[in-house]
Amino acid sequence: MTPLLDIKNLRTMLHTGLEPVRAVDGLELSISKGETFALLGESGCGKSMSALSIMRLLPEAAEIVDGQIKIDGCDLLQLPEAEMRKVRGKRISMIFQEPMLSLNPVMTIAAQIEEVLNQHFDLHAGLAQERIKAILQQVGISDAARRMNEYPFQFSGGMKQRVMIAMALAGNPELLIADEPTTALDVTIQAQVLDLMRDLQQRTHMAILLITHDLGVVAEMAHRVAVMYAGEIIETAPREHFFQQPAHPYSQKLFAALPTRHKRNQGLAVISGQVPPLSQEFHGCRFADRCPHAWALCRHTIPEWIEIAPNHRVRCHLFDQQAPSLRSASAAEMPGNLPADSKKVMADQESELLKITDLKIFFPIQKGLLKHTVGHVKAVDGVSLTIAPGKTLALVGESGCGKTTVGKAICQLIPITAGSVLLNGTELIGLARSQLRKKRAEFQIIFQDPYSSLNPKMRVTDIIEEGINALNPGSDKSSSKQTSQSTSTENQVDTLLQRVGLPIEAKWRYPHEFSGGQRQRIAIARALAVNPKLLICDEPTSALDVSVQAQILNLLRTLQQNLGLAYLFITHNISVVEYLADEVAVMYLGRIVEKGHVDEVLNTPKHPYTQALLASVPTIESTSKRVSTHLSGELPSPANTPSGCYFHPRCPHVMPICRETYPEKSTFSTTHSAHCYLYPQDKDSSQTNTN
Amino acid sequence: MPFDPIILWTDALVYLLVGIVIIVGWYIRRSPHLRAPWRRVTHSASGMAALTILAFFILIGVLDTIHFRPLLADASEQAGKKVYSVEVLSLFDIIATPLRTRVEKTYSAPLSAYLYAKETVELPDGSQVREFTRLKYGGAHLADPETQRVDDVIQRAIKGGGWGLFAWSLIVIGLSWGLANRNHTHFLHTQTLIWRGATEIPWRVILITLALGCVLLGMVVALSSHYHVLGTDKVGQDVLYQALKSIRTGLVIGTLTTLIMLPFALLLGIAAGYFRGWIDDVIQYIYTTLSSIPSVLLIAAAVLMMQVYIETHPEMFDTISARADLRLLFLCIILGITSWTGLCRLLRGETLKLREMEYIQAAHAFAVSHWRIISRHILPNVMHIVLIAIVMDFSGLVLAEAVLSYVGVGVDPSMISFGTMINAARLEMAREPMVWWTLMAAFGFMFMLVLSANLFADAVQNAFNPRIRTLPGKVIQSSHHKAAPTLPTPQAASSPLAPNAKDTAHP
Repeated sequence: MTPLLDIKNLRTMLHTGLEPVRAVDGLELSISKGETFALLGESGCGKSMSALSIMRLLPEAAEIVDGQIKIDGCDLLQLPEAEMRKVRGKRISMIFQEPMLSLNPVMTIAAQIEEVLNQHFDLHAGLAQERIKAILQQVGISDAARRMNEYPFQFSGGMKQRVMIAMALAGNPELLIADEPTTALDVTIQAQVLDLMRDLQQRTHMAILLITHDLGVVAEMAHRVAVMYAGEIIETAPREHFFQQPAHPYSQKLFAALPTRHKRNQGLAVISGQVPPLSQEFHGCRFADRCPHAWALCRHTIPEWIEIAPNHRVRCHLFDQQAPSLRSASAAEMPGNLPADSKKVMADQESELLKITDLKIFFPIQKGLLKHTVGHVKAVDGVSLTIAPGKTLALVGESGCGKTTVGKAICQLIPITAGSVLLNGTELIGLARSQLRKKRAEFQIIFQDPYSSLNPKMRVTDIIEEGINALNPGSDKSSSKQTSQSTSTENQVDTLLQRVGLPIEAKWRYPHEFSGGQRQRIAIARALAVNPKLLICDEPTSALDVSVQAQILNLLRTLQQNLGLAYLFITHNISVVEYLADEVAVMYLGRIVEKGHVDEVLNTPKHPYTQALLASVPTIESTSKRVSTHLSGELPSPANTPSGCYFHPRCPHVMPICRETYPEKSTFSTTHSAHCYLYPQDKDSSQTNTN
Repeated sequence: MPFDPIILWTDALVYLLVGIVIIVGWYIRRSPHLRAPWRRVTHSASGMAALTILAFFILIGVLDTIHFRPLLADASEQAGKKVYSVEVLSLFDIIATPLRTRVEKTYSAPLSAYLYAKETVELPDGSQVREFTRLKYGGAHLADPETQRVDDVIQRAIKGGGWGLFAWSLIVIGLSWGLANRNHTHFLHTQTLIWRGATEIPWRVILITLALGCVLLGMVVALSSHYHVLGTDKVGQDVLYQALKSIRTGLVIGTLTTLIMLPFALLLGIAAGYFRGWIDDVIQYIYTTLSSIPSVLLIAAAVLMMQVYIETHPEMFDTISARADLRLLFLCIILGITSWTGLCRLLRGETLKLREMEYIQAAHAFAVSHWRIISRHILPNVMHIVLIAIVMDFSGLVLAEAVLSYVGVGVDPSMISFGTMINAARLEMAREPMVWWTLMAAFGFMFMLVLSANLFADAVQNAFNPRIRTLPGKVIQSSHHKAAPTLPTPQAASSPLAPNAKDTAHP
């Protein structure tokens, strides 16, 4: 069978900066009809550049210098631009990562799809409208006849991605390139979109080139997998084979770096170093510098393709016939090299470091010239939480459910409407700025995006010292002790940098000189500078690659063991929760629907939302397909909350009472509780609504 | 004392500005992390070429700022007490005395020996002839300008250019000697480094710019002793002298106005964006109101009021220069007060964006004071906008001055500026044959000034933007050439540090 898409020796250069960057360096792959081919890799490996090369939509600075891209035997690189336009959208379509940015906001959906149709088919107007309606129905947009004449802003994120898929499908393409199609979406929406793509593929028999960094998505979707590293593919295999026995050390490391429940009490494997700069000429294996098995040969000879099983090929010297002994050694070594450490059990179970009671944060919606308030966005609507010293509470939920707002409210960064925040027994709400200042040292926050959380104009040492100086006013004023003070501060900075695993020399540099993971380390060092007891981590790893995420999670775990820190870990990533958290609170639309010990919540989820959320998470152990109880619909707006239980419009078990009043707490054990009418309601919870 | 030093208002402010620049420069020199971006500025070829030209303009501007009144020789002897001239001269006026004092009757074309207009001349025999009369100074040494003038001009130009080249080669020798001493290298080796473009600071570009400048300057100096290089204006004044005098006016308007505008724009813009709430409302209302008044009218009204005040209080000013200077200062102040709104709005918007940034929130979480957040986090991050706005405004203000002078509310008519020059030339554009040189001179000088300021600001902007790496490729290549033989294999060089190579690329 001839492959649909056949790429040979594709080389794409980026002419930016001083030296040309080999963004794609000798890419070879082939995709058959009706197949989903996943291209897996960390950011900066050249995945997106490969996709753009296939479409010939490269940025101006980039250039395809060599290679063949054949679709059904026709070399795309030989086509003139006019011919190429007939290929784009007709034979090959593409979906981009950001559905919010890929649709023109001033054109209706129908007009945008019609553009594609006009380009490739000779349809008269009425027929085109019929066609658009049919396509929109195909991607699961209900009431397509009406919605097709609406504008993109009237659609939600998941719906926009459906429209994008509809647009890509309009030309009946033979190949669909999906560049991180679900990265910007929530898990529940991601599950919907992936379902849709799988469904469409079965109906139309098109091939899909799925570009992703998420092993879970690959496991759910792909037939074949290729791992890309530093501009070239280093391993390709059928999915089952790949997930059972990843061959390349890099693939193995990627699996080992994934946080899961089984690795709870051990460190995660990390890949030291970073992806090498692609501006250099490689003379050996690209992974050699980071590979634990590398030996001299790896640094001098570029490994050739070696077939280790049918259709499973790998580029690694380990599988060379010359060194079979090493291979078995490496396989045996893998689980052992994780530094196992026993988790200390805190004796002090009773005390509460942080206690939030009935926290409410409303943002007024103002209208008109005089800005009178016409309503409230109930970002947080009565949240109660407790965190014990040295423990980790994970706050889980979809984006827009108010997780981050809770974190910022605890830090007193936004005004609080009602409720109380007790830290070590001291009420934080209502404190004057000067009084609050004294308490600030006890809690700190780490933000999601390490690129915007460090001032680009300050050196690392200034960034870290800022907190020390601000919370020790003495060091600012006493000019006589200036020198001794500054040296002690300097020592402090050095210790902090060492503690988070950065070289001391790093303090003289500016943040932009560091990679994402290193920046997050700096942010952690800054937070640690004032010796906090509670660290609020607002999605600290969601902007990072898997291998870097593993480094940060290891660091957070080590810090917790050494310093006895408590974490409020705000995340949407269930696998991180499984790995790190002691307790879990699931949040939906400003309220906590279920909370309990991590095992209780994740093993026996009670609330339908928790169940659906867990079911939506793509897992790599996909041998037994779970019954997909994927949620329909999306998170309602917190400005206009549904009556009764907030979850009832999406709930599969909805009962009449759910539409009327919000359910009381149902307690399952001393730690585990949920708010749902499926379970007997606590009668006394109205009186003692603590915990 | 043979002169009486005078410090006019704008002089004082210019001295203050120069003082501030020197102090800031000294401070930056002492702290290595502030020095690094400025060092990157010196690596930019276009920036340094522009700076070379700017330096010439600034030199003239500063020379023109040192004012004094010369002693009147005959008067002082009579009364035994010193009497100073009412005319205020600058150091530049003294250097350019020949240009200043050799005044013709009216228009004459550049390098011409004749007037531009026919005149009725009475011949010795009593008859009258209308003809182009010879100039009093321009080409006066020639017996027969018709035949000799072109040769004479070319000869003098070549000679002047030669002197320029000679001066330039002295500079080159001095420079390479200094560099060789500092780096402990051989003189000739330094020379080859410079001319191969392998030095860290692009000396080659600077020297080429300097060579062009020196040759041009030499030629102009050589010619200006016997000709009017750029012709003369309606009252016979040398246009070259006027253009050179205009430089100070342009620089003063461009820099002092910005100096006056900056505190308003910075303080109010950042305060509005940072504090929000009622402070934001008040500041927004102020600048919306101010910018809805047509600024030309506002300026005209203010200048006219100022003019009336000056005319009713003649006793306050000893000299015409003092009066013209005060008017210039007020023009700067009024321009500054009317032009801060644009920058203020930009800064408010940027601050609104910045205050939501997570590093500001982190600073709040550390209880850093508002003042410190503004000065340490927000101010450095809006400085690039300020820098761009200053440069854009600089050229805009020089042009605004020209427009205002055209309306008659600009600088004092006795003060030479690009605006007054263009205004005067405008009247002669309709004349046949056209008088084009005044306009060309003003445009040419303005163009040079604004272009070099823009290029220099570009270099500064690139160096200060932390996301742009500005390392000249040549330096890296040359260091690679030198490093290559010492390393055994290329991959050995790249392997241990490769992952961090991106990070350590900075000097």
